[in-house]
Amino acid sequence: MKLIYEQSSAGRRGVRLPASDVPAAVPLPAELLRTELAGLPEVSELDTVRHFTNLSRRNYSVDTHFYPLGSCTMKYNVKAVENGAGLFSEEHPLLPLLPGGLEHAQGSLGLLHALGEALAEITGMAEVTTQPLAGAHGEMTGIMLISAYHKARGNKKRYVVVPDSSHGTNPASAAMAGYEIITVPTASYGDMDLELFRAAMSDEVAAVMMTCPNTLGLFNPHIREICDIAHSFGALCYYDGANLNAIMGKVRPGDVGFDVIHLNLHKTFGTPHGGGGPGSGPVGVREALVPFLPTPRIVKRGASFILETENPRSIGRTANFFGNFGVMVKAYAYILMLGREGLIRVSEQAVLNANYIMARLKEYYDLPYDFTCMHECVFSASRQVKQGVHALDIAKFLIDKGYHPPTIYFPLIVKDAIMIEPTETESKETLDAFIQVMIEAAQLAESDPSAFAALPVTMPVTRLDETRAARSQNVCFAGC
Amino acid sequence: MSSADYCPATPQEVREMLDVIGAVGMDDLFSSIPSHLRAASFDLPPGMTEFEMLDRLKGLARLNGATVTPFIGGGCYDHLIPAVVEHLAGRAEFYTAYTPYQPECSQGTLQALFEYQTAICRLTGMEVANASLYDGATALAEAALMALRVTGRNRLVIDGGVNPFSREVIRTYLANLDLEIMEVVSRDGAIDREALLAALDDGTAALLVQNPTFYGTVEDLTAIAGAAHEKGALLVVSSYPVSLGLVKSPGEMGADIVVGDGQSLGNAMSFGGPSFGFIGALKKYIRNMPGRIVGETLDNQGRRGFVLTLQAREQHIKRQKATSNICSNQGLCALKGLIFLTSLGKEGFRELAQLNREKAEYAKEVLTAIEGVSLVTTGATFNEFTIRLPKDADEVVARLLTQGIAAGLPLGRYEPELTECLVVTVTEKRTKAEIDGLADALEQELESVHC
Repeated sequence: MKLIYEQSSAGRRGVRLPASDVPAAVPLPAELLRTELAGLPEVSELDTVRHFTNLSRRNYSVDTHFYPLGSCTMKYNVKAVENGAGLFSEEHPLLPLLPGGLEHAQGSLGLLHALGEALAEITGMAEVTTQPLAGAHGEMTGIMLISAYHKARGNKKRYVVVPDSSHGTNPASAAMAGYEIITVPTASYGDMDLELFRAAMSDEVAAVMMTCPNTLGLFNPHIREICDIAHSFGALCYYDGANLNAIMGKVRPGDVGFDVIHLNLHKTFGTPHGGGGPGSGPVGVREALVPFLPTPRIVKRGASFILETENPRSIGRTANFFGNFGVMVKAYAYILMLGREGLIRVSEQAVLNANYIMARLKEYYDLPYDFTCMHECVFSASRQVKQGVHALDIAKFLIDKGYHPPTIYFPLIVKDAIMIEPTETESKETLDAFIQVMIEAAQLAESDPSAFAALPVTMPVTRLDETRAARSQNVCFAGC
Repeated sequence: MSSADYCPATPQEVREMLDVIGAVGMDDLFSSIPSHLRAASFDLPPGMTEFEMLDRLKGLARLNGATVTPFIGGGCYDHLIPAVVEHLAGRAEFYTAYTPYQPECSQGTLQALFEYQTAICRLTGMEVANASLYDGATALAEAALMALRVTGRNRLVIDGGVNPFSREVIRTYLANLDLEIMEVVSRDGAIDREALLAALDDGTAALLVQNPTFYGTVEDLTAIAGAAHEKGALLVVSSYPVSLGLVKSPGEMGADIVVGDGQSLGNAMSFGGPSFGFIGALKKYIRNMPGRIVGETLDNQGRRGFVLTLQAREQHIKRQKATSNICSNQGLCALKGLIFLTSLGKEGFRELAQLNREKAEYAKEVLTAIEGVSLVTTGATFNEFTIRLPKDADEVVARLLTQGIAAGLPLGRYEPELTECLVVTVTEKRTKAEIDGLADALEQELESVHC
């Protein structure tokens, strides 16, 4: 497909703006003016509509295809919540910071506060800040809270401990907050090796970051023990909430002993992923960390909501305004609609669907950690690799069959990992059809392994040369 | 009350699936969770239908009160949004897709992001851009970190014209790193060039400036860029994208890294989010950029296609050695930005900038014609400017707010010596009648002082 710039025709116009109703202004001084207009496309409105509509048709999406993408919780995005978000689109975020402005934002602030309270109850934490803009941003915020907590106790610690199965964002976020990383290997039972963890702990450790269920989809039975060990060294426990979809109403990280958690509203609470974002990464903390929460902090006073903007103990502002508000309206609407029983059913059905797929596919694919899984299961294509068929090849086979592939090559500790998270919103028919195609892939790997190399063939492009892309670094169109 | 859970499985299917698994009941699936770890509480209200939910949210929205006419900006702007933006970005295939890690079935998102990166390069005068960051403030913090990596130095100079919220975010981001941060106070809402240049030294990694400044002044940064480069420092510019329809690009002025907040490009204010941050840079710095980048390549039949490239910079591969921890970005908001820019086009975008400036110049004229009101930002401005009132600006703004006008952003909260000053923002959406209304209300309010 042509780029929009390649469809440009000098002088063609799209949307028109209203005429000016004020006198012409003296132009900016010449040294401040562009010498040449920015090279934006010159196309008609219909050109714009056709172009982006046709581009959109070159995507897989939850609304069009099953998307069993592990660790990403690609559940159905409920449409009703979109109408809710639209109610607040005209609200300027600085209104409540103006003198006398609080009364113009009681609804928005009240919504954020209510969402925070609901998330605090779901996770068993004392208070939640809704400022972080995505999961990784929440992680960084959380580790900074932990750092502020330790510093307030006159204790400068150096390390953050993560299991080798953790999301890459965990060590990356801790590094951004100034910590060195200690990585602990996974034991044969599929979780962080408890003895190696014990050996890694010292008074210099600020925090241990855990994902539970972990990225193998397993609930760690030692999780309380890990928290206790960490606490005995004065370290805090961080809970990566990426996999919360498995345990709502079953386990609350706060009850287990976690001190700080982040959530991914675009995963567990069903807000659309938008091709990579926006997300939203609220952070919950135990009482002892509340004084360090980011400012401005929304506080309930009587029946109204105020903003705490000055707090010398706070880690400060982590983003421009109040977080990805529009995303949070949708998540709040989702929680309202599902309610207590609905959220519990979500986790039960998500776990059931994952175990069903695992049970039906383990005859065909190696399952390096063969335990009852939670919301996702991780196979290895190691059996197929012996025939020369890799996880990537199976992924491309699935694309041709109309499925978005599972997450592959993650977690890094599983060779040729195939990580499947079906979510609760898929029907048994959909799961059965997917399982059938996965079985066909395994059979084809036995009967004709060379057939995979050319796949996919049904898409607008075949396999793309990633080395060429990295070498040429062509990230901006140079023509027209 | 009946609620939905969007789980399609029937009780019979649940039974069949449990049988395949070999589980007696649902509880078996959670048997790996020891009983002493079970949730102590899960006290949430029962669910509701979508109709009841919407009523609840409407009730909350009503609590925000009547709409206010905003003459405030400060990083979030009330701009027109053509209908095509929401319609096209709302296409389910964009809206409900994930990160395009599987390029063959994600060419729509990938090509759109490549076009977006191109638009950012063309607006800013940079050679490369990424596929978006969270917002303008975090983008500036990421640019600061990038400059530290590029230069291997550990000192930053931040101009006082950088939005105070962005400065706060930078301080939060950098709090635990071993760095020296020097802030240079603005003079009359403009860069104090002498002080800024004096703050530069051979250990400075970067100079961070905003253009137009928080107070509204449009700066020619050419000489400042030269001075920074002489010391081996990078010039990082935070830019308001709408201004770039008229104002010389930061690239033309000599910037090395350009960031900004993209909300003003087709994204609703929505109480401050979601928006997107953009970042562009000179090509030689691409390996130090944070976040996802889309690159052009060929498929194995020689056709053009797009992939996420240079992923070895990113957290899912490099973990603690990554250029940033960012994973999710604000892709859909960036897509809205691209559709917005496309729908206005080359000339339309210039007109948009022109309209903003004309409206603001008119407002400047009528407001400063009021007795006792003077202009602080006497240099060139775009669509924001700072005025000084004959009394405390907080008081005035509070009074005008009761009349449904957000007259501007009083500066006392951010700069204690500027308690009588107000930053006024005038976008293309403000009509002459609204501007005259602001002037009348302000004049009346100030007159009431004298009686």
